[in-house]
Amino acid sequence: MTAFATTGSNGTDVRLTGISKAYGDVTAVHPLDLSVPAGSFFALLGASGCGKTTTLRMIAGLEEPTTGTVELGGRDVTALPPYKRPVNTVFQSYALFPHLDIYENVAFGLRRRGVKSVRKQVDEMLDLVQLGDYARRKPQQLSGGQQQRVAVARALINHPDVLLLDEPLGALDLKLRRQMQLELKRIQTEVGITFVHVTHDQEEAMTMADTVAVMNAGRVEQMGAPAELYETPRTTFVANFLGTSNLITADVVGTASDDVLLRVSDTKLTLPGTRCTADARVGGKLLVGIRPEKITLTHADDAGTIPDGRNRLTGRIAQSSFIGVSTQYLVDSPAAPGLSVYEQNIERDARLVPGADVVLHWNPDHGFGLDAAQSIDAGTDVVELGTDAREAGT
Amino acid sequence: MTTTATDHPPAPPADGALHKAVLRRKRVPYWLLLPGVLWLLVFFAAPLVYQASTSVQTGSLEEGFKVTWHFATYWNALTEYYPQFLRSVAYSATATALCLLLGYPLAYLIAFRAGRWRHVLMVLVIAPFFTSFLIRTLAWKTILSDGGPVVRALDALHVLAVTDALGVTEGHRVLATPLAVVCGLTYNFLPFMILPLYTSLERIDSRLHEAAGDLYARPLTTFRKVTLPLSMPGVVAGTLLTFIPATGDYINAELLGSTDQKMIGNVIQSQFLRVLDYPTAAALSFLLMAVILAMVTVYIRKSGTEELV
Repeated sequence: MTAFATTGSNGTDVRLTGISKAYGDVTAVHPLDLSVPAGSFFALLGASGCGKTTTLRMIAGLEEPTTGTVELGGRDVTALPPYKRPVNTVFQSYALFPHLDIYENVAFGLRRRGVKSVRKQVDEMLDLVQLGDYARRKPQQLSGGQQQRVAVARALINHPDVLLLDEPLGALDLKLRRQMQLELKRIQTEVGITFVHVTHDQEEAMTMADTVAVMNAGRVEQMGAPAELYETPRTTFVANFLGTSNLITADVVGTASDDVLLRVSDTKLTLPGTRCTADARVGGKLLVGIRPEKITLTHADDAGTIPDGRNRLTGRIAQSSFIGVSTQYLVDSPAAPGLSVYEQNIERDARLVPGADVVLHWNPDHGFGLDAAQSIDAGTDVVELGTDAREAGT
Repeated sequence: MTTTATDHPPAPPADGALHKAVLRRKRVPYWLLLPGVLWLLVFFAAPLVYQASTSVQTGSLEEGFKVTWHFATYWNALTEYYPQFLRSVAYSATATALCLLLGYPLAYLIAFRAGRWRHVLMVLVIAPFFTSFLIRTLAWKTILSDGGPVVRALDALHVLAVTDALGVTEGHRVLATPLAVVCGLTYNFLPFMILPLYTSLERIDSRLHEAAGDLYARPLTTFRKVTLPLSMPGVVAGTLLTFIPATGDYINAELLGSTDQKMIGNVIQSQFLRVLDYPTAAALSFLLMAVILAMVTVYIRKSGTEELV
């Protein structure tokens, strides 16, 4: 886009230092430090009420932080009102001006800054979001997806240093949401502006963002690249909120070279020390996590064919559901009830039906170890909440 | 084939029942309209027709009035009472402007800044309605009475010297001056301005203010470019609800003004009840209606909010 090339804008980094927000006695955001690299697509992920939107609004200047500072490109903007900050927001409900047509909505920011001829820029921007033919329509005459694109155009046309997106896809149906995710990612790559995206949809965060910060109850639980968060969650909340995890409480019985040796009921498990974020003391407890798709099911009769060096648990299939690409099993094991296992439908073993005795086995490198002191269910119920909220929003 | 054949025979009667049900449902709106229409016919249309015929009658109370299509009554009424017409429009327009100036900030405050006091404040706005219009206007007569605390305070602050110079008060008194009548009108019709203003302001999504701020609009610009345009339906409704009844009002001029502040409402009232010149009174009423309709039409056209009213 020539409009952006001329500004040479490659985004600005955002640095939050000790920022917090309290409403009376209620703390919405606990003091947190956050650093968003320039030009990155950053996602704040969490269930509703976790403080992610408040954090975003503090960057925009719509909410005054109780403590801490907001820096944009090294400049402290904490005291600046929103209209003086070089950031723009795509609001959750779009907040398009109902009395102005699409053209004037998009031109609003330019006009406020005294830009004389806005025609070229507005036309270019409407083309970027493929709404050139709708310039003279009123917002309420557009569909949800089109309104969403107007909201993006209205913010982007100002070449903000940082674009803030507050659940911008929350009101769209699933198919449109997937489409807009790719669209937003495309636009971000094209304009190179720093995007800070707030969402409760873990799939959305992982698809779009370079870096994801998972928030829970006003704190950042973990921050990192999507794959890193998924493969090595550091808390049970992250393990359960991002995808599904099987968490098994195990006793630490010893260490061998770099591995931690564990025991669950009468079964021995191993976990590479590097995959364990908690302190593993002999005699203590540890939560062993394993993603459902990393587990292989083998019928008990074929247990001898399982290669050595894999963690094994015995169990009995309680439920199976055929999903298409995979079959999802619920397996009860003496070690832990209700373990989830996803098997790709490549060579299905006809014996794997409810009631069958099976062995669950996985590569120890795929497991992860967590501190056993935390709630094993953290993040499981909020996923439901999040989905409900999204459903209600459509 | 056979199944369709056996299915067909019972169809026509079912169709007929359905048809009847549809007809019955179509009639429902008319039944719902009936009470209102009857009310309007008896209490609005009939008197209107009756007054229209009165306005073109001639005669006297003793000999009785007859319809003689004497349209000259209109012309005579207009030439004789045009000062009262002009005065009515001027007072009413001033009062409407004052109501807007006083009411807009108040409605804005209640809609956006009052928080949990919102409902209490709205009750306070409506509270005067619990007392009769007449009593409240009489109270103003006491408040503005000569030598009363209000007048003395205004005089001490030299306000009355200024208003005297402007010609809206006279001889260091407020009562029986244009100022008193306009103040009375403003006071009495203020709630009619505030209520529609509040309703339209309250409907504005506060996120639009945030969005405007986010898009580099300073608070005053946000008001000018977002809040004010979105509250125009309320401004139009409020000014109409104030201006129309205030123009025809006679209580304020009667109680707070002197003969020099008579409005057209006072003339109509005295023609009907004291002079008993019914044709002139009826003609004046129709003229007033015509004037108001013409002004309102122009106003609505100008404000470009036909679809919003």
